[in-house]
Amino acid sequence: MLAVARHEHQPAGVPAGGHAISIHGVVKRYGSIVAVDGLDLEVPPGVCFGLLGPNGAGKSTTMRMLTAQALADEGEISVLGYELPRESKQSRLEMGVVPQLDNLDVELTCRQILMVFARLYRVPRGERPAAIERALELANLVGRADTIVRELSGGMRRRLLVARGLIHRPRLVLLDEPTVGLDPQVRQELWSLIDGLRTGGVTVLMSTHYIEEAERLADTVAVMSNGRIIAQGTPVELVRAHAGEKVLEVYGPPDRLAEVSELAAGNGWSSRRSGPAVAIMRAETLDGLAPEGALRPANLEDAFVALTGEEIE
Amino acid sequence: MSALAGSAPAAGSAPTPARSARRVGRLEPAALAGVMSRDVAIFGRYWKATTFSSIVQPTIYLLAFGLGLGAAVHQVGHVPYKQYVATGTVATAVLFSSAFPGMFNTFIRWQFQRTYDAVLAAPVDVEELITAEVLWISLRAGVYGLAPLLVAIAFGMQPEAGMLLVPFIAFVTGFGFAAFGVTIAAVAKTIDNFNYVTSAVLTPMFLVAGTFFPISALPDGVRQVAQVNPLYHCVQLVRDASLGGLGSADLGHAAVLIAFALIMWRLAISQLGRRLID
Repeated sequence: MLAVARHEHQPAGVPAGGHAISIHGVVKRYGSIVAVDGLDLEVPPGVCFGLLGPNGAGKSTTMRMLTAQALADEGEISVLGYELPRESKQSRLEMGVVPQLDNLDVELTCRQILMVFARLYRVPRGERPAAIERALELANLVGRADTIVRELSGGMRRRLLVARGLIHRPRLVLLDEPTVGLDPQVRQELWSLIDGLRTGGVTVLMSTHYIEEAERLADTVAVMSNGRIIAQGTPVELVRAHAGEKVLEVYGPPDRLAEVSELAAGNGWSSRRSGPAVAIMRAETLDGLAPEGALRPANLEDAFVALTGEEIE
Repeated sequence: MSALAGSAPAAGSAPTPARSARRVGRLEPAALAGVMSRDVAIFGRYWKATTFSSIVQPTIYLLAFGLGLGAAVHQVGHVPYKQYVATGTVATAVLFSSAFPGMFNTFIRWQFQRTYDAVLAAPVDVEELITAEVLWISLRAGVYGLAPLLVAIAFGMQPEAGMLLVPFIAFVTGFGFAAFGVTIAAVAKTIDNFNYVTSAVLTPMFLVAGTFFPISALPDGVRQVAQVNPLYHCVQLVRDASLGGLGSADLGHAAVLIAFALIMWRLAISQLGRRLID
């Protein structure tokens, strides 16, 4: 059953040939600040789509526009075939949202929260108990069902947040920085949870500024910077196109690093400071001119830095 | 996990219609019930404290004003002072149990807990969210508005059939003041700003409404201001209903309260809506 959905590539509810999400020429201003600046984005059904960008790139604003909690100043947005903002409520009925900021009711128990959202998402009365059990299992919180949120750990709260957004079996899920601020073990748990969704045929749009997260989970990555998409493709395509096959890392004292940076600039090589080293992209094209250093395969981080000019935190 | 993943509505159903069969509309009862179910769940944790204070407070008012001031003032017009205070206290209870939650709950849930962000990401719009919150507060105010009368009956006040109208009067009044509170929360910059409203608006409102003394004794100008105070109309209506004196003037009082509720309701939606959706 799972496999069927995964390979159909045309989940129900999305018009034939249509996209789960389609954004055209969207601009969003806050006073003199342009948060989203001519955004074009199309998310096909059934994929995990990663919106990767540094903080302040406009990812969260984009997410808010997809639930009509922010209204675009220009451009068109449609979600699951519904025009926003006019038909936004209908699209929200059929999608789930996992916010970046924890907005759980700290005074309620896990079960109470899931019950409230089962109602908000119009899960029929008779199906609510089963939906809540399923969500508790999914979040691995069965033993904590009647614990008050305030007493849960950060990881448990995040899993509950995810389960809350999935209570009504949405076919599209928006995840805004799903693992921000979590420790590595909890992050792994959430990653397998998200991967499970995609496997089940659910379309996922995930914003993140963690490169590894995008690399591990996303079928397609769109790199967002200053309110628009500056590159898009599979992680492998992005790496090949913007960082080449191999990267040469040259280590040394600060003087040596400055020298190497100058050499790179002089030869027109794309390079960046990477911790205690200078990394030169497309090392496979350097021929004999290359300084001595360690060759390694190029990765998405290289491509991301080459694209955005941002350093990695 | 696979239980949920496998249950995606997409699974194995390619030729299904393009859109969900369930259509959502405006001000849906299901959305209102959903938002209110959250309030009910939270109330389940606080009902004891709320009930305690709603009984104790009017008891203190009745003792302080009824016994203390009542020793000097025996009656206002032809109403015994204890009954005058008991009915006035209903209005006070309604004001405080609706305006304060309207202000504080709204501000805390919206700004600090971000509950409203979560609700608005679900298929609930601003109008439904605010209507449900105000409706919940006013239902509670309607029920708890009876408490002062029950206390007064325990102190020897004569039960009256008209008292059965009091929950409805309290509900309509509470609706207006809850929505007023939401409006204040929407325009407040910080939670400290509520101090201005509490001291400069609510306190005079609750005193100059015929709650503990008649407004007829006040200077002309003040009396005219008092007459546009919705709480004054609430007090009059509650008093007339509880003391068996309902007349044609009460239709006017009811009309004012209903108008106040409707105007504040729309104002709360437009003001908070402007801040919730950017």
